[in-house]
Amino acid sequence: MRIIRYIVKKEFKQIFRNKGMLPIIFILPVLQLVILSNAATYEIKNIMVGYVDADNSSSSRGLVERFDASTYFYVTNKFASEKEASEAMQGGSIDAYINIPTNFERDLQKDKINEVGVFIDAIDGSAAGVINVYISQIIKSYNKNIRLDLIQVSDGVQKTNNIDSIPLFWYNNTLNYKTFMVPGILVLLVTMITLFLSGMNIVREKEIGTLEQINVTPIKKHHFIIGKLFPFWVLGMGLLTIGLILAKVIFNTPMIGNLGLLYAYTSVYILVILGMGLFISNFTETQQQAMFIAWFFIVIFILMSGLFTPIESMPKWAQILTEFNPIKYFVEIIRMVMLKGSGFTDIFPLAIKTLAYAIVMNGLAVWSYKKTT
Amino acid sequence: MSISISNISKSYGEVTALSNISFDVKPGELFGLIGPDGAGKTTLFRILTTLLIADEGQAMVADYDVLNDYRSIRKSVGYMPGRFSLYQDLTVEENLNFFATIFGTTIEENYDLIKDIYVQIEPFKNRRAGKLSGGMKQKLALSCALIHKPKVLFLDEPTTGVDPVSRKEFWEMLKRLQKTGITILVSTPYMDEAALCDRIALIQDGKILEIDKPEAIVKHFPKSLYNISADDMYNLFVSLTNYEHTYSVFPFGEFVHYTDKRDLIDTAIVATYLEEQGLTDVQIAKTQPTIEDTFMELAK
Repeated sequence: MRIIRYIVKKEFKQIFRNKGMLPIIFILPVLQLVILSNAATYEIKNIMVGYVDADNSSSSRGLVERFDASTYFYVTNKFASEKEASEAMQGGSIDAYINIPTNFERDLQKDKINEVGVFIDAIDGSAAGVINVYISQIIKSYNKNIRLDLIQVSDGVQKTNNIDSIPLFWYNNTLNYKTFMVPGILVLLVTMITLFLSGMNIVREKEIGTLEQINVTPIKKHHFIIGKLFPFWVLGMGLLTIGLILAKVIFNTPMIGNLGLLYAYTSVYILVILGMGLFISNFTETQQQAMFIAWFFIVIFILMSGLFTPIESMPKWAQILTEFNPIKYFVEIIRMVMLKGSGFTDIFPLAIKTLAYAIVMNGLAVWSYKKTT
Repeated sequence: MSISISNISKSYGEVTALSNISFDVKPGELFGLIGPDGAGKTTLFRILTTLLIADEGQAMVADYDVLNDYRSIRKSVGYMPGRFSLYQDLTVEENLNFFATIFGTTIEENYDLIKDIYVQIEPFKNRRAGKLSGGMKQKLALSCALIHKPKVLFLDEPTTGVDPVSRKEFWEMLKRLQKTGITILVSTPYMDEAALCDRIALIQDGKILEIDKPEAIVKHFPKSLYNISADDMYNLFVSLTNYEHTYSVFPFGEFVHYTDKRDLIDTAIVATYLEEQGLTDVQIAKTQPTIEDTFMELAK
């Protein structure tokens, strides 16, 4: 115990004396949380839309006005021909354009049906999908109104039969993307900092040669490892606390569930990350190598965590791979606990997997850590 | 025996680092391992300190087997690796405390042993180790290696890159330490330090060339050795290299160390030859071989 305590003390001293590392540990996560949470958004706003109005009727102008009135669209200009509009989209100055054909109003009144051409820049497929939905919604609502107008004009006894769906958004009823993102980004910063620091830590001792000296001492493997990793466990928990405070103060993120449960889960989760860091340490010779490998895993873990893209829409094999992604579990659980208020039994299946992961990872790491070369 | 090594071999892939090494070090002995870089000194140290496992052969340190009793060895040896390997961002005192703690002891308990060395760096005990001068770093490293009162001390090139004054001081410290009964195995590429050891082993390319007392080892030098000097050292060296009777020729300070293939030579013949080569002020005198000469001869 005395030995572990002394190593822990020594590690903390070294962490706090490292003037280059300290800001990275405490300031970067804060910046990350504030910047990413505000910037990483699924909402598509400020869509630049142009139009070609070959009809120039009150109906066609009415449709364009609808777009102008929407907060999502910014109607840039009216093009004289479809060719011009197409060139503008090619040049990138507009994201979409609408082509209103000649005799739009006349045909609408005569045939009760008409077509409007919608062209969307689909370089970013998911954005194009969202734009399409927005445009369709506007045209649909316009459709409804014009129908009413037409019914009045004609001697209509026609009744419209419609099924309307009224969505209720649970757990995040204003569809605030920040509510969704902040807990996820909190996971990111806890994971990144603890993985990088623990991964580099033991390698650092290798690099400066102290590990050789320590390996000749009678120190027990587990004493050394616990002593070295415990400070990063504390650091990870500290980062979670800082993150939660920021989430509350800056973003007013709801925290419905039991925070104690979240801490309990995090304490197990960080063990997985520390085991991973130690494992990387064992197979690298320099901090640079360790950093590269840690980055490689972090990037894959982040992109396959369900943080930015839903896991359900990944191909089957990728979904299986995500089972090995610790970040996935944490992202899911932190959202469940904070936003849904899930309790112990709800998160139990995921938590038990994390625990198993922690045991396997640390087992591997301790096994591969050798005092001889 | 404090250290006994028998038939140790170790290779890294194709490269043979040690081949069939055997020697013993007596308790309380100051034993020097002398050889150039890449001779296998560090590999041998790493095997003896249980950091590396030999391919073949046995070794005992402080009566423990390096394979089976490595735990006991780690308790009873002190090791100072070739490069400074203490925590640069911890202070002198913290470093010492750290090593005392992981050996399960305290500074106070074994202060007597390190006192001699530690008093010299004690005024800087709150300074970070990284900010110490080279000589002081060595003293701190030695203190850390001694803090648990080891029976055997391994010093891998402790004076490489240290200034001559600190080197001298360091060896004086070793001599004093030896009096406390600690067995010391020290390696060095400096031949002048070899003379300070009780016994030395000359090692090259993973093989032991000779083991003996420093004053005895020069007796292994088979030829008469001459100091030759002249006005143009470069020309002198070239001329001797091309001389048909030359056995060996090495530059040695202000002289060239020369041996002849013929057993008893008249130095005048050599002088005449050199003067024919256009050299003036030629002086030839018989001299005593040094350890370096012996090493160069044996390594041939």
